[in-house]
Amino acid sequence: MPSATVNATRMELTRLKGRLKTAVRGHKLLKDKRDELMKQFLEVIQENRALRRRVEEGLTRAHSSFTVASALMSPEALEQALLYPKQSVELEMTFRNIMSVNVPVYDFQTRSSQSGDIYPYGFATTSCEVDGAVEALSSVFQDMLKLAQVEKASQLLAEEIEKTRRRVNALEYVMIPRMQESIKYISMKLEENERNNIIRLMKVKDMLLAEAIEEKRQESQQAIHQSAP
Amino acid sequence: MYKIAVVGDRDSVLGFQALGLSVFPTDTAEQARQTITQLAKEEYAILYLTEQLGEQLTDLLARYESQVTPAIILIPGKEGPLGIGMKNITSAVERAVGADIL
Repeated sequence: MPSATVNATRMELTRLKGRLKTAVRGHKLLKDKRDELMKQFLEVIQENRALRRRVEEGLTRAHSSFTVASALMSPEALEQALLYPKQSVELEMTFRNIMSVNVPVYDFQTRSSQSGDIYPYGFATTSCEVDGAVEALSSVFQDMLKLAQVEKASQLLAEEIEKTRRRVNALEYVMIPRMQESIKYISMKLEENERNNIIRLMKVKDMLLAEAIEEKRQESQQAIHQSAP
Repeated sequence: MYKIAVVGDRDSVLGFQALGLSVFPTDTAEQARQTITQLAKEEYAILYLTEQLGEQLTDLLARYESQVTPAIILIPGKEGPLGIGMKNITSAVERAVGADIL
């Protein structure tokens, strides 16, 4: 029962009806938003899974090469070989709007003195396993960036969907039924008042009528008494 | 202009140095926590973190999950993938849909 706090007045009824209308429209819009977000999200998630699998495989390969390399070379030599990178990476970030969720889009540029030459060391002092490892890393790096973009997008989308879903459910199962209940309660109450009023009027009319009849009767009785003697 | 950082144990992250990424070798989870908190305030848009460390820093990852920068992405360390990254995808699906539908 909503009742106790609801004022059963005509003004309240009009207000509630307006709110219900807005709520129903909002519910419909949010539902559409949720459905579209879900569609986008599922696409992103599929891509995310595929990319993650690729990245994990690629990195595992790179790591195994590195493990071999570090067994063949002294840690100092390995570190020295990799210490000064030949290329530098610059990252640009723009945003893409998916149903009012801003997801980042990364765009990167590598700057190196010679394109294609990614090895920051001379080949004389290093093991060839390092070459393999660095190459494996640089080939998986594209996917890693893509993964970062997609994974962040999926996280942000998941959060937005959760929020929207809660709103839709709150409207559908709490707000709207409660308002409908209130509206029903108020209109019943108003009808009840109406009937009360009619009955009261009828009663008053009856009483007035009875009084008038009584008066008339007394008058005529008096008239009879006066004319009799 | 944004930068990319890699956080993890020394052997896992060393190779990324050759690619021109910023490398932050950390051994303990506590150290990694401090590094990440620090890096998040700077101009790092993407943070790659090894799963081995990420496993111990779930609260920290949850904090940055809803922020646009930095994107903290788990990558397998030198011990190989632990499946945490995959599990996170599943949990994102669960969070959005309410059930694991894939």
